Amino acid sequence: MKPSNNIQFSRRSFLRTSALATGGILISFNLFNACKPGVEPPVDLSLLDFNDFNAFIKISDDGKVTIFAPNPEIGQGVKTSMPMLIAEELDVAWSDVHVAQGVLDTKNYTRQVAGGSQSLRQGWEPLRQTGATARQMLVNAAAATWGVDPSECTTKEGVIINANGDKLGYGEVVNEAALLEVPDNVKLKDPKDFSIIGQGISNVDIDEIITGKPLFGLDYKQEGMLYASVLRPPAFGQILESFDDTAARAVTGVTDVIRFENKIAVLATNTWAAMKGKKALTADWKQDSPAEDTAMHDKKLMSLLNGNSFETLRKDGNVKKAFAEADVVLERTYESPFLPHNCMEPMNFFANVTADKIELVGPIQTPAGTASRIAQMLGRDESEITLEMTRMGGGFGRRLYGDFAMEAASISNLVKKPVKVVFSREDDMASGFYRPAIKYRIAASLKEGKLTGYHLKEAGINSNMYGLIPNFFPAGAIDNYQVDAANYKSNITTGAWRAPYTNFLASAEQSFFDELAELMEVDRIQLHLDLLQNVKETTDERIQYDPDRLMGEMNMVVEKSNWGKRDEGVYQGFAVYYCHNTHVAEVADLILENGFPVVKKVTCVVDCGVVVNPLGAQNQVAGGVIDGIGHAMYGELTFSHGMPQSNNYDSYQLIRMNQTPQIDVHFVESDIAPTGLGEPTLPPVGGAVANAIYKATGQRLYKQPFIDNLERKAVIG
Amino acid sequence: MHFSTSLLFNLKPFPMPIFQLKINGKSQTVEADRDTPLLWILRDHVDLVGTKYGCGIGVCGACTVHIDGIANESCRLQVSQLQGMEITTIEGLSEYGTHPVQEAWKEIDVPQCGYCQAGQIMTASAFLKNNPNPTDSQIRNAMHGNICRCASYNSIENAVKVAAEKLS
Repeated sequence: MKPSNNIQFSRRSFLRTSALATGGILISFNLFNACKPGVEPPVDLSLLDFNDFNAFIKISDDGKVTIFAPNPEIGQGVKTSMPMLIAEELDVAWSDVHVAQGVLDTKNYTRQVAGGSQSLRQGWEPLRQTGATARQMLVNAAAATWGVDPSECTTKEGVIINANGDKLGYGEVVNEAALLEVPDNVKLKDPKDFSIIGQGISNVDIDEIITGKPLFGLDYKQEGMLYASVLRPPAFGQILESFDDTAARAVTGVTDVIRFENKIAVLATNTWAAMKGKKALTADWKQDSPAEDTAMHDKKLMSLLNGNSFETLRKDGNVKKAFAEADVVLERTYESPFLPHNCMEPMNFFANVTADKIELVGPIQTPAGTASRIAQMLGRDESEITLEMTRMGGGFGRRLYGDFAMEAASISNLVKKPVKVVFSREDDMASGFYRPAIKYRIAASLKEGKLTGYHLKEAGINSNMYGLIPNFFPAGAIDNYQVDAANYKSNITTGAWRAPYTNFLASAEQSFFDELAELMEVDRIQLHLDLLQNVKETTDERIQYDPDRLMGEMNMVVEKSNWGKRDEGVYQGFAVYYCHNTHVAEVADLILENGFPVVKKVTCVVDCGVVVNPLGAQNQVAGGVIDGIGHAMYGELTFSHGMPQSNNYDSYQLIRMNQTPQIDVHFVESDIAPTGLGEPTLPPVGGAVANAIYKATGQRLYKQPFIDNLERKAVIG
Repeated sequence: MHFSTSLLFNLKPFPMPIFQLKINGKSQTVEADRDTPLLWILRDHVDLVGTKYGCGIGVCGACTVHIDGIANESCRLQVSQLQGMEITTIEGLSEYGTHPVQEAWKEIDVPQCGYCQAGQIMTASAFLKNNPNPTDSQIRNAMHGNICRCASYNSIENAVKVAAEKLS
């Protein structure tokens, strides 16, 4: 039943080569879509077209390799790790590789998206195939020069060696190689021969980051550009009635004030003047749809849980019967609040809309979709749009929504000037696409000491868990199993937030299993192992997680964390989870300092298959765990009269260094194809922390943020 | 306060004041409203965009610079307060990115998205100058004003320790 992680593709359909006018070879390929049949790669680098091919490798006649990749980089490290896969199979020294973000001003930029922790998983085979194919062409060219069979040749760090020990550098045969046919059936390296994959490689932008070079959207400038600060409705459900811009226009540097849609833009020659101008506006707003608040959300979600308006997402056996026949039923309700994304780089975007073209520049996770929406909004053809992506100061899902780019395009279209929209922190937090508040009710039935039924109910806002989530653990482990979901439509904008749905579901379920194990008087980890044993016998194709991999890493986390053997005064909480194709087990170590629970350490064991870049992987894992603790402990955005009640970091708490435990990261050794790391370590940690707090204090936590619901206030750090 | 001498000949009703600032060892003349935060002077007027905007209220640390060697949040300093002071930004911390703190950041490979890191480096470098042999808890307290939304805190903490070793 274990699903294969291999993603099928045909090499011929995605890879082409050409000899460059300037010397060297250009290998053009398309990672996620087959190329159009007649497409030819360019011979001039200025003509790189990321519409036909979405990535390019240039091998120049000095043997240097340049990889042009337009993948959005939001801090997840793909700008480093994806080129590593190519370089490995091409068999060049990493020091000879230069990574360039996709060339600017290309038509119809790219179709790629950063989201769902999928970049490496989907790139694993095609990127290595691309590198291996190029290597084979270089070998074939060298073999022809020597008059020997290519099979007699080997390569090492950009040099081809034949049986006599003769050597040719890639650069010496690259022009001949460019004229050869693209070979089929190239052989990929045996993982034991990897020399780049598995090595800790530094972030390719490290020098620019530590010296403060312009990299991010907020750093982008163009001659004659105006800065726009936008006044948006202060509360959800409001529309603009009238406004007075006299004072705003009097601010030095303010050049214009315009109304667009339901908003007012103040344009100025610098950011400060635009922000000051916006503050000087006075506006009247009318409530057009209900002004919602947190108490109302709580009531609505509770009534959904108590009601009958569910859609059943998965149903095995007969839960109702299992509960009716049970000796004991455990039922608990878990609650979590709205969360803003809080990317450190506030939303911003540049647009220059002119009669003959639309130029867009900025940080965006969904470039193609956003360009298409802007074309539609302005009644223009998509071919008129160029979109350049900058490095992103965080994404976490917020930059999937191109609202800020659409605003920039609308304003530029009205004022006929190049414009950059800059959100203030207050704008960013108050105009979000939030992780909506969500509640789960979980019930389990026990008969003669055995777990006979499991019923999960979700009450969401605007949407519910999607796709494969109902098939995650414990689906497949319990005969009578049901997942139901219902939602309430709100006028508050909501969206994907790092590890959508699982970011709280995992915490809730992992807390529930802790309580269930206690009720059943079995060891917490043993209960999980027993349930996973049941899954090993199932033939259910929908089950995504691999019970063997979960069991393996659970054994490892027991050993690495000294589970159950820590010194007196150290309380441990366990959680294990599968999401985004990656398996994670975590143990939180907690102590009481003056009676307050403080997380000191989290042992995190990850099975993500091959670890491509251990340095980047370690960062992703530790970051995800700490982010998960921070939001479980402190994260909460409440609403009153339709208005978010926090809008900056003085009224919204993000975790800080002095509250941060040490994360002890371990990877399961594996030669299985790699899976993502941007999200999967975050969801379970809330459960691990809640379970440790229970051991230390005797209090079960059912509601996030934990800090507000502890009987004694906690300080982590 | 240095108003422009051209003020008398300027017909504009509210001429902008002119300020002389010393940024990264270089004298710079900027024309801006008195209340303009140093942050925006750096980013919009003199094109030093390494200093980042995070919160605008001095609680996230992204805009940290050195004023006469002391770490300060540039969003809370008005241009009119800074004449005669030495302003150092990430661009001026070292000529080639070779300050021990920058080298430590590189060695540990701290950044994820990288946006907050200039501020982190500026806080750490000012802190270590005054306290080259800090304890773990001194590091954690000194750095707690700088938010990293990617939560690269463990790596930052390690990098500060590596930098301290390099400095001592």
